[in-house]
Amino acid sequence: MYAYDELDRTLINERVSEFRDQVKRRLSGELTEDEFKMLRLQNGVYLQLHAYMFRVAIPYGTLSSRQLRQLAHVARRYDRGYGHFTTRQNIQFNWIKLAELPDALADLAEVGIHAMQTSGNNTRNVTSDQWAGVAPGEIEDPRIWSEILRQYTTLHPEFSFLPRKFKFAITASAHDRAAIKIHDIGLRLHKNAQGETGFEVMVGGGLGRTPFIAKTIRTFVHGSDLLSYVEAIMRVYNQYGRRDNIYKARIKILVHELGIERFAQEVEEEWQQIRDGALKLDDSVVEEIRSRFTYPAYEKLAHMPDELRKAAHDPHFEAWRRNSVFPHKVTGYAIVTLSLKPVGGPPGDATADQMDALADLADKYSFGEIRVGHEQNLALPHVARRDLPALWKALDKIGLATPNVNLVSDIIACPGLDYCSLANARSIPIAQELTRRFSNHDTANLIGRLHINISGCINACGHHHVGHIGILGVEKNGEEFYQITIGGRADENAQLGSLVGPAVPYAEVADVIEDIVEAYLALRASPDELFVDSVKRLGVEPFRERVYATR
Amino acid sequence: MPLVKNGKISDDAFVHVVDDAPLPPDGAILISAARFLEDPEAISRRLGKTGVVWPNNRDVDDLVPYLDRLAAVALVFPTFRDGRAYSQARLLRERFLYHGELRATGQVLRDQFVFMLRAGFDAFEVRKQADAEVFAQTAKRYSVFYQPTGDGRVTALNRRMQLRHSESAGL
Amino acid sequence: MTSPLEQKKIKITGPSVVTANRTWDGIVVYRTPEQGWSAKLADAAIVRTSDDARALLAESVADDVGAIGAYIAPVEVRDGGAIEPGNLREQIRSAGLTIGLPVQA
Ligand code: HEM
Ligand code: SF4
Repeated sequence: MYAYDELDRTLINERVSEFRDQVKRRLSGELTEDEFKMLRLQNGVYLQLHAYMFRVAIPYGTLSSRQLRQLAHVARRYDRGYGHFTTRQNIQFNWIKLAELPDALADLAEVGIHAMQTSGNNTRNVTSDQWAGVAPGEIEDPRIWSEILRQYTTLHPEFSFLPRKFKFAITASAHDRAAIKIHDIGLRLHKNAQGETGFEVMVGGGLGRTPFIAKTIRTFVHGSDLLSYVEAIMRVYNQYGRRDNIYKARIKILVHELGIERFAQEVEEEWQQIRDGALKLDDSVVEEIRSRFTYPAYEKLAHMPDELRKAAHDPHFEAWRRNSVFPHKVTGYAIVTLSLKPVGGPPGDATADQMDALADLADKYSFGEIRVGHEQNLALPHVARRDLPALWKALDKIGLATPNVNLVSDIIACPGLDYCSLANARSIPIAQELTRRFSNHDTANLIGRLHINISGCINACGHHHVGHIGILGVEKNGEEFYQITIGGRADENAQLGSLVGPAVPYAEVADVIEDIVEAYLALRASPDELFVDSVKRLGVEPFRERVYATR
Repeated sequence: MPLVKNGKISDDAFVHVVDDAPLPPDGAILISAARFLEDPEAISRRLGKTGVVWPNNRDVDDLVPYLDRLAAVALVFPTFRDGRAYSQARLLRERFLYHGELRATGQVLRDQFVFMLRAGFDAFEVRKQADAEVFAQTAKRYSVFYQPTGDGRVTALNRRMQLRHSESAGL
Repeated sequence: MTSPLEQKKIKITGPSVVTANRTWDGIVVYRTPEQGWSAKLADAAIVRTSDDARALLAESVADDVGAIGAYIAPVEVRDGGAIEPGNLREQIRSAGLTIGLPVQA
């Protein structure tokens, strides 16, 4: 955990009082909505169909139990008793009242949580691998660098009014769990031949109307140069990014229009001017930040304790363990993923009661720490393996032990037309229907790893482009229709999916997905061949034939 | 539109002169970049100070050769959300070491003051009277700054390092 | 479901209302004939010509301390005079989510 010091706390409190003043001026009419809109967006406040929506940042996806309890408190006190975990390590509250927002923010500030820059044309929450610091084989904890970037980007005096939003993601593992290639800047931590820490810097990824996979701009930027290099990129973008058309304003378009070589050259020229300046990170500064991340005092534990051996006779426990428990870097410990995708439930939602109960379980079993991942699931990062059976029972009681992690019903979905004012079509009911269709755990296991992503419009908040199966809501003559793509992926081999066929109406989506899955089961070379790999080997055509032949 | 200088509402020593109006023979003027660049020599020979309103879509590099003869540079915020002039301001101050008046014009509102100060602005053509009146309080709204800029405010990182040093020195 | 953001030229083809979200708490409201806002669609002022729609919208937009994001939305007027939302988006805004909330009130 990173511990905020007095300075961090002061800044957040100053921000709360600034926002309180802005809300007051808005409610009195001193500020028009036009003027206020940019200000509220910089504090994560959107207007949705039914109400204001409030997005709170969970930097690099790490929460303490105390923070989670405070999120539960906000859900209960200011909202309708639940929150929605998003794909970017944020939580959204859907029913917040503007007049009460400053109080909600002040309550969150007590535990060092804020909503600064969770929307608007500035740098958004810096996201990272949800297993940071505990994943086996990780080079080093990427959150140290995420925190350095969080501080650097917070209320940046030059980059708070960018052409468009700007998103960073960092990973330090070979397997990319942070989807860095679909971010404006993706950072892959690695070491050079001298053993020094640095980053492969990727730029210009993003989804939305014109999806792009990020391109590598530099294969190694030394850790001490990270901030100056980032500043160079952002300065080039701030000055030359398009501001004439909101759909062309992301850095991906600038990179695309200039070409990565030209863009890299502009950045290089700028960087040479500033790399030895005030942004240079001394080792001591990095150490200072590192020293405020505390790690649990792990015990020396057996890999295969008796408790686990005994519980292995219970098939329900075993199904869950095989699905949701992952290796930890410390022997005797495990990372436990908690599915927020119960059968028939809205993906990513958690009730205040669940949050409170989970905070207690985190205290009991995970050194008081919880993680939030981009798949809209949560995790307990430090569970002793001997505690797994007891934890499982407790999780099952609060509905957080659905053993469907990474399976077909572990669906990522945006709020869609049920909440979102930009939507063409609903996302959540589609997801709910699919979880019902694929509720049989044996069938889901037979199908294996398969990610379905749903967005209610081309803004792609549900990352449909990079879903193994992507579902995109479109509108046809006032009716909800859905385009379906296959073969996308968001990991280190990131790839955009391809369209399988014409858009289908709401009522047929689940049938089509079932047909696609059946086609896969018939076509795969072996049970080990994942859905995406079959699509890669065979192309879209055989799927199109089977699915659309009879439609 | 009130002008804030040195933290308070002040008289404007400069007169904005539009492009087709004749230049007054003396007195401080603010003219467009295009007019200035047409004949910088002639304008500099005038009695009275010269200030240039520099558009936010033109590199400040083009202005750099003339900086030592300019008393003011005004940068433009066509809308609240258009932040290009923040970069221009920092470049002028920090890279090209411009020390004259750096003025923010256009959509200049209360909620940008801190950002602008940090980027190096020291004069503000504020849109609303009420905002100009609370300039001094608003400028003090934040006491913690994460980024180093040319304004000299100590960053949080540096403050922490100083604290560490004094702790380890047993002070 | 055409987004209100794209509602540039105002031309209505059937009975319509002006809807928005109330400023202080964000709930869905409708412009009433008394130049106020109501949370009930039944209270809404109905307009039937593009000129009336424009006028109602202009008046509504001007009251942005009362409500924000005002736009014109189609409705259907039933025989008995009951007003119903004219499309799925407005149906959802007026009746609520098409899914159960995770926590039932
Ligand atoms: C509910 C209100 C929301 C609104 C109004 C909204 C709006 C938008 C818009 C306009 C974009 C496209 C931006 C662009 O390409 O320039 C976008 C992208 C995105 N949204 Fe949302 N969104 C909402 C909710 C969410 C939720 C709930 C999630 C997560 C589940 C989410 C995650 C994302 C992500 C990851 C992108 C990135 C795609 C990219 O980088 O191109 N958003 N959103
Ligand atoms: S993808 Fe579209 S519908 Fe879904 S949340 Fe984003 S903007 Fe709304």
